[in-house]
Amino acid sequence: MLTTRRNAIGLSAAAMAAMTAAEQAQAQAQAITAADAPAPRLPIESGATLRMLRPVRFVQPDEDVFRANCARFTQQTGVQVRVDFVGWEDITQQTAVTANTGAGPDMIIGFNESPHVYVDKLVELTDVAEYLGRRYGGWLALAQRYGKRHGTNNWIGLPFGSSGGPLVYRKSAVNAAGYERPPEDHAGYLDLLRKLKSANKPAGFALGNAVGDGNGFANWVIWSHNGFLVNEDGSVGINSRETIEALNYLKEMYATFIPGTLSWGDVSNNRAYASNECWLTANGVSLYFALKNDPATRAIAEDTEHMLLPKGKASFSPMAGLTLNAMVFKHSRYPNAAKALLQFLLEREQYDPWLNANLGYWAHPLENYGASGVWSSDPKVAVFRDTMKSPFWIGYKGPISEASAAATAEYVMVQMCAAVASGQSTPEQAAREAERRAQRFFRRR
Amino acid sequence: MSASTAIDWTKRRAEPSALARLFDWKPFLVIICLLPAVGLLMTFLTYPLGLGIFLAFTDTTIGRRGVWVGLENFEYLLSDPLWWNAVFYSVFYTAVATVLKFGLGLWLALLLNQHLPFKSLLRAIILLPWIVPTVLSAIAFWWIYDPQFSIISYLFVDVLGWRTTNIDFIGSAWPARFSLIFANVWRGIPFVAISLLAGLQTISPSLYEAALLDGSSSWQRFRFITFPMLLPILAIVMTFSIIFTFTDFQLVYAITRGGPVNSTHLLATLAFQRGIPGGQLGEGAAIAVSMIPFLVFATLFSYFALARRKWQQGEAND
Repeated sequence: MLTTRRNAIGLSAAAMAAMTAAEQAQAQAQAITAADAPAPRLPIESGATLRMLRPVRFVQPDEDVFRANCARFTQQTGVQVRVDFVGWEDITQQTAVTANTGAGPDMIIGFNESPHVYVDKLVELTDVAEYLGRRYGGWLALAQRYGKRHGTNNWIGLPFGSSGGPLVYRKSAVNAAGYERPPEDHAGYLDLLRKLKSANKPAGFALGNAVGDGNGFANWVIWSHNGFLVNEDGSVGINSRETIEALNYLKEMYATFIPGTLSWGDVSNNRAYASNECWLTANGVSLYFALKNDPATRAIAEDTEHMLLPKGKASFSPMAGLTLNAMVFKHSRYPNAAKALLQFLLEREQYDPWLNANLGYWAHPLENYGASGVWSSDPKVAVFRDTMKSPFWIGYKGPISEASAAATAEYVMVQMCAAVASGQSTPEQAAREAERRAQRFFRRR
Repeated sequence: MSASTAIDWTKRRAEPSALARLFDWKPFLVIICLLPAVGLLMTFLTYPLGLGIFLAFTDTTIGRRGVWVGLENFEYLLSDPLWWNAVFYSVFYTAVATVLKFGLGLWLALLLNQHLPFKSLLRAIILLPWIVPTVLSAIAFWWIYDPQFSIISYLFVDVLGWRTTNIDFIGSAWPARFSLIFANVWRGIPFVAISLLAGLQTISPSLYEAALLDGSSSWQRFRFITFPMLLPILAIVMTFSIIFTFTDFQLVYAITRGGPVNSTHLLATLAFQRGIPGGQLGEGAAIAVSMIPFLVFATLFSYFALARRKWQQGEAND
């Protein structure tokens, strides 16, 4: 996402507010219940020092609290910790280099599938994960999916949080269309979109090459009709009756959109929403904070509500948040210290202040953090609390692999939807083309 | 006079040391002097190029070393409509943009070659689109073509009232293709115009004076003096321009990312998209390698078609 000058100012204001919030949060951490569980024995190697890479912050307090937590670890154990913050686009490549050369940082917090790609190069984290799970009420569904090796109970990654993109809508417009909130079923939802369109307050979802928003919307279209890209065994399953049905639905849906969504990037819906041109879309919490912190758009923020994406035919809102996934490399000379640090960061004394500092940009992976102060700080942010309860993931329903990441980066699902929406292909043709492209990524090697 | 004095008078040259003899030995000198240049070329040119070509024959991905797969990547590309689409658009983009750039660039060069007030200032201003970093101008065009906030749509809809809906610049295939070509032409004209202006200024005014005395029309002067004299520089500039345009990346990536639905992918953007964000390094390299035949052909064509006069190759004119 591009940071415009306007929302940069907004963010720094939010940052200052959060600094004081973070201090209070330390005290609030006790509100998180923690069961007594025996911690794994991790004798820290003598003379250990650690280096970690993680993605750059959304908001300044994220970095401040994270560094403070690491400093506290140094204080308690004497282990020096160096954390480098890396641009989001670069972290995948840096992880690849680290894994392949066997040199560099001891641990990396990457995204989604990373630990599954480099599984041979990683230290297993089962003991720490099981301890944390017992202590904090269990790992949520998305965390289990991204943390455990496929089909086993062996943990290779420790999810740190997830950032979802639920519906963002103008309450006044939805109410004027005769709905209290957007309906969960396809027919009702389409009816709402049509009414919004005729009231000249249209909805809009990205159908251009937008990594976050485009894939989020395309996945919703297919998943909410019980379609999926990959079968459980890892073969391609996109060319199905459910997909055709979903694409036919999309076609009707697209007719109600604001013009131009075929060329929308990740920031387009934010801009259109902030200028009263688009009245219902899907986005992360950043849009709401940008509106709230700018006096010019505060009225829009007050009229804004969030809701998890409509379920359609699925049993849970079909959304797979972008997940932070920490891994420890075998080449680390101090694996115990590395595991101890990750465990320390996920304990309530450290994790809850960090969660609060993030204002809801990241949602927790462990059940008991649902009681964290951040989710009651602003009722409009509360919906993000359940991001990691989602049973959907990138590359649903197959094993998590680099192939699913490649299909996402290559916009296979987005372009299938866009081809149908633009009338360039019939749903059948589009599904076949998506199948052909996906088969290339998911071929056995 | 004794023989010994004669010996004293013979000036003896000191035997040069082994090192000095080594440095006087021509083959050694040649090698020593070439070594830095060869080293630099090998490190920064041959190695990356060779690695790129090697990767094209493997199935390397980001995160996994590949194995040699021979021509498999190329076979897949030949069956991949996305690749054919990128080939088509790369050729189309290069052809249309080059014709427009040279037509308009030549015209601009002829205008600038006249005696105008503030001549040098004007020439400096003309260069601006070319001086501005491409990404900056691409972002400007990205805003100009924005479906909601385009200044052109604003003018037509809100100010002039000629239209009721915003113009769909980059939301469907053909408008998006031409929008990108327009941006490329806007950016490329100054390079062509200034290069051709330099060529125009090397033409001796006496030729024009002689032609005027013979009663030539201005079209005849252009056709029989300006154009032939300009051909050599035209060939060079066109070669460069075709290479720059065919391998263009920034404009397309910043404005459309190859969308909508891949209709504006150039080979360069497709290669990057598949190789880096998509992680399929081998296939991305294969797409990049597949540009080489086109570039070689374009270079040979513009060079031999336009620069075949003997005197340009150092021989006497017929």
